[in-house]
Amino acid sequence: MTAVEVLFGLLGIVAVGSAALVVTTQQLVHAALWLVVTLGSIAGLYLLMSAEFVAWVQVLIYVGAVVVLLLFGLMLTRAPIGVSDDLDASVAQRIAAAVTAGATAGVLVTALVDAFRGERIELGDDPSGGSAGAAGDAIFRAWVLPFEVLSVLLLAALVGAIVLSRRDVGEP
Amino acid sequence: MPLLMPLVVAALLFAIGIYGVLARRNAILVLMSVELMLNAVNLNLVAFDVWLRDELLSGQVFTLFVITIAAAEVGLGLAIVLLVFRNRATSQLDELVELREEAAP
Repeated sequence: MTAVEVLFGLLGIVAVGSAALVVTTQQLVHAALWLVVTLGSIAGLYLLMSAEFVAWVQVLIYVGAVVVLLLFGLMLTRAPIGVSDDLDASVAQRIAAAVTAGATAGVLVTALVDAFRGERIELGDDPSGGSAGAAGDAIFRAWVLPFEVLSVLLLAALVGAIVLSRRDVGEP
Repeated sequence: MPLLMPLVVAALLFAIGIYGVLARRNAILVLMSVELMLNAVNLNLVAFDVWLRDELLSGQVFTLFVITIAAAEVGLGLAIVLLVFRNRATSQLDELVELREEAAP
């Protein structure tokens, strides 16, 4: 095993473990903070796969913006600080959810192991495939039209969020 | 490194996200679980991109697009959750049952 593989395994364990804590912790704010750990270690996984630009975008957008937005949401819905006992559904529903999730994981892992056993990612000596320069080239040459469409989508989402949260817009 | 490593991590993250969506009552916790599932998909996209050494970097560019759409989704989702909280004073999903069919008599 190379150092990259060991690091990848460790970061993967951190990501999966903290994700499990996100969905099981009984404290709302802790769930958001464990989400930071998960997203950060996924950014580390991107770095190890030489997708440098994606990793920093992940840190900026997810850890920087989305988690802060979620924390704002928790604050504005008057989320209790400390342990709350009403975050989880009933025991029966939790068991059904665990069975569904376990079955999904089983099917996916079995199919993936069957399909991709022995395949290897060769990173090679030139790790510039995911640098900001290469990603910028790809976005603004091959993918420029989807990129522009996406900016319109973001504008629409922005307008929608403002309309939804303003109080002084007249009732329909 | 083996291609299976990122794929298995992504599959487990996706399953955990499914559990969170189904087992949580708080709307914001459900949004967090959806983020976990989106991240699992992103990990797959990047892994296959690096594996195939794609000339156009399709996987990585798609990952950037998914991250952007996730940001838009969480913004709108939180706006809706806040609106529901303002009108109903609750963010528990199982208390919002007005559109449910009445139980058969």
